[in-house]
Amino acid sequence: MKWSRVMVVMFLTVVAGAALTSDLWEKTSYDQQFRESPDAPPSRRFPLGTDALGRDRFARLVYGTRVSMLLAPSAALLSCLAAALLGGLAGLAGGLTERLILAGADLFLSLPWLFLLLIARACMPLNVSPAVSIGITFALLGLLGWAAPARVVRAGVRELRDSEFVLFARAGGCTPWRLLWAHLIPNVMPVLRAQFWIAIPVYILAETTLGMLGLGVSEPLPSWGGLLRELEGGDIASRLWLLAPAFLLAAVTVSLQLLRPRRDLAI
Amino acid sequence: MKFLRLVISLLLALWIYSSLVPAARGAELRFALPAEPKTVDPFLVADESAEALRYLTEGSLIRVNRQTQRAEPELAVSWKVLGNGTKIVFQLRQGVVFPGGAPFTSADVVDSFEKLLAPALHSPIADTFRTANGVAKVSAPGKYTVVAEFPALAAQIERMFDQVSIVSASAPVRPAPGLGAFVIAERKPGVSILLRRNPTYWKRDADGTPLPRLDSIRIDIEQNRDLELLRFRRGELQLIEKLTADMFDRLASETPGTVVDAGPTLDSEFLWFNESRRAPIGDGAKEWFQSRNFRRAISLAIHRDDLCRVVYKGHASPAAGPVSPANKLWFNSRIAPDAFNIEAAMKLLKADGFTLQNGILRDRMSRAVEFSVVTNAGSKTRELMAAMIQQDLAKAGIRLNIVTLDFPSLLERITRSLNYEACILGLVNVDADPSELMNILLSSASNHPWNPSEKSPETEWEAEIDRLMLAQASTADHAARAKSFDRVQEILHDQDPVIYLLHPNALAAVSPQVGGAKATAFFPHTFWDAEHLTVKPKTPGGP
Repeated sequence: MKWSRVMVVMFLTVVAGAALTSDLWEKTSYDQQFRESPDAPPSRRFPLGTDALGRDRFARLVYGTRVSMLLAPSAALLSCLAAALLGGLAGLAGGLTERLILAGADLFLSLPWLFLLLIARACMPLNVSPAVSIGITFALLGLLGWAAPARVVRAGVRELRDSEFVLFARAGGCTPWRLLWAHLIPNVMPVLRAQFWIAIPVYILAETTLGMLGLGVSEPLPSWGGLLRELEGGDIASRLWLLAPAFLLAAVTVSLQLLRPRRDLAI
Repeated sequence: MKFLRLVISLLLALWIYSSLVPAARGAELRFALPAEPKTVDPFLVADESAEALRYLTEGSLIRVNRQTQRAEPELAVSWKVLGNGTKIVFQLRQGVVFPGGAPFTSADVVDSFEKLLAPALHSPIADTFRTANGVAKVSAPGKYTVVAEFPALAAQIERMFDQVSIVSASAPVRPAPGLGAFVIAERKPGVSILLRRNPTYWKRDADGTPLPRLDSIRIDIEQNRDLELLRFRRGELQLIEKLTADMFDRLASETPGTVVDAGPTLDSEFLWFNESRRAPIGDGAKEWFQSRNFRRAISLAIHRDDLCRVVYKGHASPAAGPVSPANKLWFNSRIAPDAFNIEAAMKLLKADGFTLQNGILRDRMSRAVEFSVVTNAGSKTRELMAAMIQQDLAKAGIRLNIVTLDFPSLLERITRSLNYEACILGLVNVDADPSELMNILLSSASNHPWNPSEKSPETEWEAEIDRLMLAQASTADHAARAKSFDRVQEILHDQDPVIYLLHPNALAAVSPQVGGAKATAFFPHTFWDAEHLTVKPKTPGGP
């Protein structure tokens, strides 16, 4: 392992570890409002200052990291599973099934996902807790993101469909379902892994976009997207600490890309 | 050394001269509007940008002074209200000429009203002159006399004429240059609008000097508020009509003399519960929201002072009702905003059978009190207010879920499907008269927030509000109207169907280059007296 990858793994471990164990060492809660000191600059008590409602920005960044770093990989996993199923089916079955699935994928790729998310968000039940709300948002992101990886998987499966080992398996009485999961999907796994690594930063950024529009994680739960909204007001030069979530987002996104296996990068 | 001293002396002299130079005629004022005016037709104005343009370029019979809130003569030199508010007779100003050269007479007024009230035009302004009994009739018994007759009694009848532009009956095309202080000289869609002084404008200064003092106004279209602020700092813009509290504080710390807090506006921010019986929400929530004690308790559990101090940085005042203290004519000073009092709130909840168990408020049926509040996505102040209310209500054991929705989805829920529990929104009031609130307070109104379009009032207090609102609208006697409307405000405060939170202040910025600016809490805040404004050359280093 190259030293750069070691550094990346260490960095991501520290970030994830700090985010997951924050309840043990962080003294203030992410939602506690210190109304007597809103918009406070960094201090020993508040290392990144406080936000407009007097909430500890550092505590919110740590908790927001947990939200974004747990849910983005989950959403990526969901979309990869859907892609494996639908892309594999399209590649294996061919004919009308393939055309229907590809048409569906084209439709999903051509639709403006942001508006789809807005519509989906508007149709969701209102009285749900912030945790459930963010879970649903990421689940929607995952479900909407199947199309691009499904096309890649379908191309891979199609290539393998006529290979000798598949013919042998068929001749041996292997069912299409078993053929897909036992023989084809393991062979397109590097493709799926690559899609998984690509999807994580995409979903982090998608949540950030929704957060910037005020449609991301609902109050009081923090997320990177919600924290980045503080940059909207301008006047960054005199308050550089506001850039902390942007730096963390950039560092984690770059790290995730660097962490991709070399064989996946070659695809 | 001598040369250096000479240069310094010259620079100093230049600086002193430029700071002492009087406001020059022929100067140009520059400010920005957040959006392109949707129309230049004065009868179709529906957005704030078009309203600003109409204000600067059109003349009306009467104008409401934005500072004193009193109706003042404009194209009409005098008027008389007759028939207990069903008829108004105007005497018109003589010697006024349109920019095209045509003289202004009563025929123009009659023609303007004919155009305005034409059903095919669908003018939003015309609705003011339509009643269930018919449309107002405008006639001209003389060259400089106009009579407007209304089919029913109308309160504050003269104020309605502030929004009607008088256009030329003889203009070959419409819209044509009007009788305002400025005329549109150049329009670059999406970029800027250049207004030049109307050469035939009738108004003169106290010393007889023709008005306006400015030669031109350049209005840039600038959607980005931060860019607007940046351009103001650079001296490219000289007015900012609306500042957020954040921007105000930032600018105040940099150049204290440029910002103006003109005090509370007529606008209000409020929260209401869905009390409609046909709403598809849980039975528990319906029962809570229809309880007066529950609504009062929520009002008492909200820290309005904190909302004003933290979210609006002190540039707002706690609200007691729909009428802002800025509305000197109609504000009921006997009503005070509810102060945060969690003990009183818990007492009211206890009286309704609510109990606090392990930090969770439960009703008689042991249901945990939890509801959602919707607001429009992108409104930072409303989202912050919701987060503060969420923490305030947590002290009473109530769990509040905040949902931000895009505006069309929000409107769909609060006006059609009624599939929501509570909502935080704001109301922008442009007129101080109580009749402006008819479409909100009458139980039959489609905009009646807590229970829209009731066939008949569902509660006794709503029936009383209906009766009082109709009573105040059907008399011209101010004392009688004030008595009715004061009682309406008291009922609203006692029943809390809408929990009024605060009235934001009018925050504006005026460059030191601009002379004669008197910012007010009413729109337009900074250029309402544009004809008297002056601009002097930019001082070195100044904004």
